[in-house]
Amino acid sequence: MKKTRKLIISVGSMNALSSILAIVAGLVAGFIILLVSNASQALGGFKTILTGGFSDMFNLGQVLYYATPIIMTGLSVGFAGKTGLFNIGASGQFTCGMYASILVAIKCSFLPNPLQCLAALLAGVLAGAIWGFIPGILKALRNVHEVIACIMMNYIGMYLVNHLIKVTGIYDQLKNMTMRVPTGANLPSLGLNSLFSTATEQGSVRPSSVGSGILIAIIACILMYIILEKTKFGYELKSCGFNREAARYAGINENRGVILSMVIAGALSGLGGALLALAGAGRGIAVVEVLAGEGFQGIPVALLGLYNPIGILFSGILVAYLTQSGFLLQRLNFAPEIIEIIVSIIIYFSALALLLKGVIKVFFQEKDGTGDANKEDGDGGDG
Amino acid sequence: MDYNTLVFLVQQMMFFSIPLLIVALGGMFSERSGVVNIALEGIMIMGAFTGVLFIYLVQNAGGDSLSGQLLLIVALIIAAVFGAIIALPHGYASIHMKANQVISGTAINMFAPAFAVYVARMIRSVQQIPFNNIFWIEKIPGLGDIPIIGEFLFQKTFITTYLGFLILAVAWIVLYKTPFGLRLRSCGEHPQAADSVGINVYKMRYIGVLISGALGGIGGVVFVIPTATTFDATVAGYGFLALAVLIFGQWKPGRVLLAAFFFGLMKTISVTYTSISFLNSLPIASAIYKMIPYIATLIVLAFTSRNSMAPKASGVPYDKGSR
Repeated sequence: MKKTRKLIISVGSMNALSSILAIVAGLVAGFIILLVSNASQALGGFKTILTGGFSDMFNLGQVLYYATPIIMTGLSVGFAGKTGLFNIGASGQFTCGMYASILVAIKCSFLPNPLQCLAALLAGVLAGAIWGFIPGILKALRNVHEVIACIMMNYIGMYLVNHLIKVTGIYDQLKNMTMRVPTGANLPSLGLNSLFSTATEQGSVRPSSVGSGILIAIIACILMYIILEKTKFGYELKSCGFNREAARYAGINENRGVILSMVIAGALSGLGGALLALAGAGRGIAVVEVLAGEGFQGIPVALLGLYNPIGILFSGILVAYLTQSGFLLQRLNFAPEIIEIIVSIIIYFSALALLLKGVIKVFFQEKDGTGDANKEDGDGGDG
Repeated sequence: MDYNTLVFLVQQMMFFSIPLLIVALGGMFSERSGVVNIALEGIMIMGAFTGVLFIYLVQNAGGDSLSGQLLLIVALIIAAVFGAIIALPHGYASIHMKANQVISGTAINMFAPAFAVYVARMIRSVQQIPFNNIFWIEKIPGLGDIPIIGEFLFQKTFITTYLGFLILAVAWIVLYKTPFGLRLRSCGEHPQAADSVGINVYKMRYIGVLISGALGGIGGVVFVIPTATTFDATVAGYGFLALAVLIFGQWKPGRVLLAAFFFGLMKTISVTYTSISFLNSLPIASAIYKMIPYIATLIVLAFTSRNSMAPKASGVPYDKGSR
């Protein structure tokens, strides 16, 4: 019993448990909102939220498709966050990356197939990196607050891309958005879309939109984890985040750290834009004066994942799962915004980790009866 | 540029600058007390939503007990109250729970628009809330006839413009000329020192967050009223821009005003350049004009940010035990 308790109160499982408690709290709040808005449908609606994403292979595929870009922007926010920077500019970096990859995909049709896709991906990464570099260098050399620089870059990117779409001749006037990316430039689906598909009642097969993009996102998560946790470079970046003065004292070039961190964060968001543009689902950039939502969704994803690349992978899938359930919820005449309310409440409760950890401690101590686990541990340490 | 164009520019500029000014001043109270308030966007949306919803409900009920400017004033009060209410959880997380202040702020930014759409759909089955915009003032009797000043400030306007200046004056006096302001600022600079002389840091920070919520809520209505006739669960990123104005203004009321005017003027030029013959004749694409406010802000910041005046303890939870 003492062993289990120790295990539960250890730091890692404590974080995981408090995240789970936060998710439960968000879902309970969601259920209450469903009850208030339409009591008779509430139970069915709640069941849809819980199981909608898993209800069949098609829905599961859509979950992975929606998860791909927000994992990337979440990774972007999380990576910068590890260096103590709040990258609120993922939206602009995402848009620029998406534009660059669409442009290259359409204009470079002379390239052979795999190269065309690769060039488009690289263009997205590069454009995102440039959009991250500017706030980074402004922060490092001119002490401009990265939040304000990123906000400005979001708007500059959005207006610039809207302008460039028309100037560079990839504008589809009828749909008021970018032209479709040629099929040859799309990411290979590797059969994932037909794996995640569902037979319809008419007998045909309805494939989902998932492709190799999700695999690239997973690889990116693992790569970022290795960089942050297993390399000297990652250690330097993190130490800048923990304590900038101490890092400088230890001989770490903090300016270089800030710039590189923002460049990598921008590249990750840009890759997210490229993955969405090349997913083959026909998503383009609509020429409207609205900032890309995927960039802002990256913030809650990163926060829920505790800025940890592996955590971000799972929180991205969770948010996408709830989003897909939200689409299905419309069948029961509930507004899909309920999902955003639930996610926001989950995020809020994850901020209350202190409270949740207190609850966990109290719960597991009282069960034991004696109720003083910390003291016992402390005594052991002294002896 | 002729005189009439200048008058037109100043009048238009107010519509962009005043909401930024009010919300940034709100953010200032929060940050000067030591709590970073990234939730301004969500708070603005909440304020705009409740205020506009109130106007819609009153106008639809058809009663004439509440009309004209009085209706707007009541809507502003309601927006302030709901802005403060939605800011309260942010205060609780940041102050009592010592949470990462970005997280609870993000949660509110996400919650507010979703909540506004959800409730609007429950009431009207669409997410837009229309209102009859009867609050425009062609000319204020008396004041509007003063030469020059009257034209610039008292014609073609909304009462919200004067509310903005009033809030600025009050904010300056409260922050710098009252014991309360001194205490609030001390909590943002060095809470341990403040606590050691008997100031209740928690209470001060709660007050800071609540003021920012109230002003943020007011700012939401002030943004929507002059520029639209429906509310569509968005304030077009003005909460984030207000945050930028606050940083640009170095957390000081006077400089926040200048920053709000600077940004407002740039924004005005970017949307009205077609009616300014000199600018319209230049061979510059409209997209470039739209980018001007943001590029100009970045450039100005690059030359003025060397010595940041950010409150030292802003964003750092206060832990009594770590004194």
